[in-house]
Amino acid sequence: MEPAALAIDVEGLTKRFDDKVVVDRFGLQVPRGQIYGFLGPNGSGKTTTIRMLCGLLTPDGGSGTCLGFDILRESASIKRQVGYMTQRFSLYEDLSIAENLEFVGRVYGMADRRRRVDAALGQLGLEKRRGQLAGTLSGGWKQRLALAACLLHDPKLLLLDEPTAGVDPGARREFWEHLHELAHGGMTVLVSKHYMDEAERCHALAYIAYGKLLASGTAQEVVAGANLSTWAIEGEGLAAAAAQLRAAPGADMVVPFGARIHVSGTDAAALAASVARATAPPGLKATPIEPGLEDVFIHLMRSAPEPVSAARQAPG
Amino acid sequence: MAVVAAEASPFTRSLVRSLEASGYFRVVAQPASEAAAESLMAQGEVQFVLHLPAGFSRSLARGERPVVLVEADASDPAATGNALASLQALNLSALDRDLAGPLAHLRASAPAFELRVHRRYNPEGITAYNIVPGLMGVVLTMTMVMMTALAMTRERERGTMENLLATPVRPFEVMAGKIVPYILIGYVQVVVILVAAKLLFRVPMVGSLALLSAILVLFIAANLAVGFTFSTLARNQLQAMQMTFFFFLPSMLLSGFMFPFRGMPGWAQVVGEFLPLTHFLRIVRGILLKGNGWTDIAFEVAALAAFLLAAGAVALTRYRETLD
Ligand SMILES: Nc1ncnc2c1ncn2[C@@H]1O[C@H](COP(=O)(O)OP(=O)(O)O)[C@@H](O)[C@H]1O
Ligand SMILES: [Mg+2]
Repeated sequence: MEPAALAIDVEGLTKRFDDKVVVDRFGLQVPRGQIYGFLGPNGSGKTTTIRMLCGLLTPDGGSGTCLGFDILRESASIKRQVGYMTQRFSLYEDLSIAENLEFVGRVYGMADRRRRVDAALGQLGLEKRRGQLAGTLSGGWKQRLALAACLLHDPKLLLLDEPTAGVDPGARREFWEHLHELAHGGMTVLVSKHYMDEAERCHALAYIAYGKLLASGTAQEVVAGANLSTWAIEGEGLAAAAAQLRAAPGADMVVPFGARIHVSGTDAAALAASVARATAPPGLKATPIEPGLEDVFIHLMRSAPEPVSAARQAPG
Repeated sequence: MAVVAAEASPFTRSLVRSLEASGYFRVVAQPASEAAAESLMAQGEVQFVLHLPAGFSRSLARGERPVVLVEADASDPAATGNALASLQALNLSALDRDLAGPLAHLRASAPAFELRVHRRYNPEGITAYNIVPGLMGVVLTMTMVMMTALAMTRERERGTMENLLATPVRPFEVMAGKIVPYILIGYVQVVVILVAAKLLFRVPMVGSLALLSAILVLFIAANLAVGFTFSTLARNQLQAMQMTFFFFLPSMLLSGFMFPFRGMPGWAQVVGEFLPLTHFLRIVRGILLKGNGWTDIAFEVAALAAFLLAAGAVALTRYRETLD
């Protein structure tokens, strides 16, 4: 079969739980070989979306393909070629590390199970602790084990649900390096998270809030699409200026960033006027800056209940 | 009760009528031969067989005190004990009305006929013979249903179900994987109980243990399928526990383990017929105490198989390949 150019290609995915729309007409195109960041606040529907992609939940509406297989009818084929790492550790805590990997190997009916398990243990650096119970591992090691388990059957697409939550920064960096190696080898990775700090490590991003896709594309595209202008203000009397700006026209949001505040808005002229008024007292300094991803995402989330048409753009 | 009457006369008819009037007996069969009566009792269709000898009226009239034989299925002494006790009182008065006129003198003296009771299968009426094999079924029901019900809900509670569902395993494979180990555990329990029954309680084991172990697979699998169904309904382990008891209590009360099956009200017997333990109890008691062979228990085995098919089908259709 001709491999489809898109690893994930879905349109209009909708999921309701007891009449509550959790994912609302979600569409996404992910090219092969990319690391695609899937961002959104807690409860925005990321896990639900990923579950629909790999056939664990049946969508109430919409259609699409995963690795060229129909997500509604061919979930058995999808499961064979997708590695899904759940948000919560979902291997058996009362089995040892090696037993967990062996179990996965058996479930996928691998002929060369021994070799693969040994190789995976070697890569993890866990040969000496193969008999240790998985439940006794620390967060970072659990994450590595879970990743090894879902890589065991050589999937073409990895779906990782908040894999770096509760993992220390060193392990996290290693983890990202590993993901880039895999993507370099042709694997597609969709990785979800609810904070922004690793967004730049992805080739492209999608941002979801309240079940709606608000923006997608590369970091630059997302920032440009938000059509946001931002000022950074610092100096004496910052609190008073912030209070004044919150009520001022044009300043859609005022966010403290350490010793500075970022003021952003979509109406550049009105914002500039308000900022000038607020920084009139001496000791305050305002500089126009390029909005960061974080500014854009906070802005998107705040204006989410009314979908921001300006931020919705062709997926990249 | 079955009546094997070699003679039909006013005397035999009123004897049967007075037995029925006692409330303990009801004639359900009139087998033509002794052999047919024997197999009715072996299959548990009847609990008593009344044998009326040929020439009963004649020898009665002559004052020869003819012998009337009552065979009782004593494998459950509790079920037959009261009925047999009532026979003694009956003996004295059964034919009083018929013995009129010239035969009146037979009324006053000792009973006009001799009643002989044969307790079959368990002549000494030892209740342990009945309870210990039954206990095997009760213990299996309890543990097998609970273990599978908990095993699957634990997967869901711990989140490992999500991982399992994301792999290409089929529902049938999951069910088989969960059930097979417990069948082995069930066998271990059976061996322990049988050894205890033999050594501690000296329960007779007349029938074929090979036949019993073949049927055990069926019974254990039926209970596991129930447990599997519960696990698809329960949201957590506590609910799974409650469902287990919801199944276990009627099984214990209405299967004939606690109370003699025939002594229960009609609705309870109907419910009981739908429980696998009811049929298993008849089988295990039949094999161990009565030496039942394959043909005697064919109906009970078919009932177990039907239950297994139904429960397995429900379990498999209830099993979701998704988390919806
Ligand atoms: N099985 C379910 N039944 C009912 N509501 C659910 C279920 N799963 C998720 N939800 C709800 O759907 C929303 C989105 O959840 P989720 O997809 O887990 O978000 P995220 O992964 O982005 O944090 C939440 O409000 C959550 O409460
Ligand atoms: Mg989630």
